[in-house]
Amino acid sequence: MSSLFNVIFTTEFAFSVLRVTTPILFAALGALISNRAGIINIGLEGIMLVAALSGVVVSAYTGSSWVGLMGAVLAGTLISGILAFFTLHFKTHIILGGVAINMFASGGTVFILYLLSGDKGSSTSLPSKVLPSVDIPLLKDIPVLGPIFSGHNVLTYMSIIAVFVVYYMLKRTPLGLRIRSVGENPQAAQSVGVSVVKVQYTALLLSGFFAGLGGAYMSMGYLSLFTRDMTAGRGWIAIAAESMGRSTTVGTTLTSLLFGAADALANALQVLKIPAELIGTLPYVTTVIGLIVYAVSESRKRNRKLKRLEKKS
Amino acid sequence: MMPNQLLEMKNITKVYPNGVVANQNVQFSLAEGEIHAIVGENGAGKSTLMKMMFGMEEPSEGEIILRGKQVLLASPQDAIDHGIGMVHQHFMLVPSFTVAENMVLGMEPKKGVSINYNEAVRMTEEMSKKYNLLVNPKAKVEDLSVGMKQKVEILKALLRGAEILILDEPTAVLTPQETEELFRELTQLKQQGHTIVFISHKLKEVKAICDRITIMRAGKSEGVFWTKDVTEQEISKLMVGRDVVLRYDKEKKPYGAPILSVTDFSLADETGKALLDKVAFKVRGGEIVGIAGVEGNGQTQLVEALTGSLAVRGGNVAIKGTDIQGYDIRKIRSLGVSYIPEDRMRQGAAKDASISDNLISTQYNTKAMNNGPFLKSKKIAKLATTLIEEFRVRCSGPNQPIGMLSGGNMQKVVVARECSTAPDLLIAEQPTRGVDIGAAQFIHQKLIELRDGGSGVLLISADLNEILELSDSLLVMYEGQIVAYLEEPWAVSEEELGLYMLGINRQDEQQIRRAVEA
Repeated sequence: MSSLFNVIFTTEFAFSVLRVTTPILFAALGALISNRAGIINIGLEGIMLVAALSGVVVSAYTGSSWVGLMGAVLAGTLISGILAFFTLHFKTHIILGGVAINMFASGGTVFILYLLSGDKGSSTSLPSKVLPSVDIPLLKDIPVLGPIFSGHNVLTYMSIIAVFVVYYMLKRTPLGLRIRSVGENPQAAQSVGVSVVKVQYTALLLSGFFAGLGGAYMSMGYLSLFTRDMTAGRGWIAIAAESMGRSTTVGTTLTSLLFGAADALANALQVLKIPAELIGTLPYVTTVIGLIVYAVSESRKRNRKLKRLEKKS
Repeated sequence: MMPNQLLEMKNITKVYPNGVVANQNVQFSLAEGEIHAIVGENGAGKSTLMKMMFGMEEPSEGEIILRGKQVLLASPQDAIDHGIGMVHQHFMLVPSFTVAENMVLGMEPKKGVSINYNEAVRMTEEMSKKYNLLVNPKAKVEDLSVGMKQKVEILKALLRGAEILILDEPTAVLTPQETEELFRELTQLKQQGHTIVFISHKLKEVKAICDRITIMRAGKSEGVFWTKDVTEQEISKLMVGRDVVLRYDKEKKPYGAPILSVTDFSLADETGKALLDKVAFKVRGGEIVGIAGVEGNGQTQLVEALTGSLAVRGGNVAIKGTDIQGYDIRKIRSLGVSYIPEDRMRQGAAKDASISDNLISTQYNTKAMNNGPFLKSKKIAKLATTLIEEFRVRCSGPNQPIGMLSGGNMQKVVVARECSTAPDLLIAEQPTRGVDIGAAQFIHQKLIELRDGGSGVLLISADLNEILELSDSLLVMYEGQIVAYLEEPWAVSEEELGLYMLGINRQDEQQIRRAVEA
């Protein structure tokens, strides 16, 4: 047990929590935006995967990690745009479209990887670039805080900025107001001339944009290469984080951190003599427990409300 | 006669794709600065006419002339741009938003990239003051009362420059106090030069605030009147009427024992508004009891309670002597109750399932229909074939999906199912709505057959023909109460019935009590 504490109560562990939270957080913000517009983006996992590969490929061919990042984000937005086109234009069910995107991404990325590198497992032979890590002056010299918060990948900092941007966008801008109105009462939005389809398009594109950032981080920050199915369910965890966070920006961020912590713990515990397979399930078990806690608290709240109403009448 | 014709709708006809003629050569004209009522029963075509005025539907024929110029209203946005606003019966508000946010949605004032929320609040306050419609701009809509929400809706339309305001049954959801307040506000709006279209079937209200009245019946306009020149009786006579009189020969037999007895049954919604108020009546064996009334006067809730989709509390309803408090749908059905729901598409039938599946959906779980987990398909097929023949359902066979049948044939399947279990009590809610005459007569015959066989039938219908001719005794509901009990419905004139239905007349307590004591 003491060895467990030795693992957790270290600055390295806290640092790694932020490190592994980044991709989940990006994707969860994507899930948040589309969900608030009343359209659930099931394709996040696939979008991240495509973005991760695109980042590697573009950076390898251009020699610039920044151009690679742009490529990744563009690819993510594009895939999300395709999903939006099928869902909103042709009225395919979003779940079907999302599943198609995910399956296409899983197979398609391996196919393209093989075409370009001759390898079906990873992109080791591609000279891809990595986005830089940033030491924050002053902060880096503060004990405890410095080693936790300084020296992260530039995208980790961007993910934190993104939280504020999304919060502000949803709460304060006309677009945010329209996104929320469309998600809550599309007829009301329609009746005052807000185009529901247009708002949902925008929301899905933004959702793809953020998932794209998450994908880029996977292959150009978290790791320095692309490996087959490297997102490993983070897109799904992000959807869970969003719903457990009750579709609020703050809640989504906190649950993303919780899942990140579970992920980091799984990594850290690998030094102990616990079967790696068991530890590997930790983030997923957390997801399930989290959703159960959420469901129970919600139904209790509902029951209380019903009882209050009954008393009144 | 009217100085300023603001809006005219000429020779409007609307035929829906499914062939329903909702409006037939309707004339409507609106003068500047008046409050103009459109009255008519449900299905008279009021809503369709309004939808065309607000750009939600386009007329099949006819023209709309606004300020002397012909206009094409292809969407609500077009109507808004022309200064026409509408307050829908179901509010178009976002519950989690504040009043100010709802007000400016779609036309948000900006400061940089963000919404200028203070400006939105200021705009709301300004409108609120100008029209004397007091709302709190910073309150969340979900916390507001219905009356408040309605004010927000009116302000929303005014903020978008509405000069013509259409209100679709605005008082249906209001308490009497809120209604009075609304009337004061509408009168003020009128004084400020706005023109108001007021859709209603409550004649008292219409008399109270409207200048003119257009009466609609069965998709046609029955005329325009100055409110002060007509009495409620005259309006009711034009609103409520029968086109064809059907007659059925019914055997006169003494009634059996009471099958359904309802005693002092009251029900309120979550805001405390009374939906049912001390309703009491009996249905005896061999009797068809009709319930007449304009829709929305408690009939729906009564049927929901009797059939188990709304929990009954307090021991007010007994079927064959059994108190049904806490009973669910299946338990109530097992007492020998059948139910023909009003909405056959949503409640009465499973559209994609076959005719035979639909026919056994109330008894698939009985020993007669299954051997444990397996259905007795031969027996079911035989039953289906017999019923299809007996009820003359026009179809390609028992395996045809019910959704492919015409409305009349679909309804026959529903009626066949509900009659085939030999019920002691049949609750028939609008059993022939949207059904062709042939099928309707057939269904009527079946109801009479059940009655002659000693079952009790509770018939709820907005079709006067049906209710007057089939019923052995008739109850009239108005605002959740029974306002009349009539023993020989076929002898009742529709004028008399109209007066009860529209709340102009009511019987005294003793006469109404006969529904229980007789």
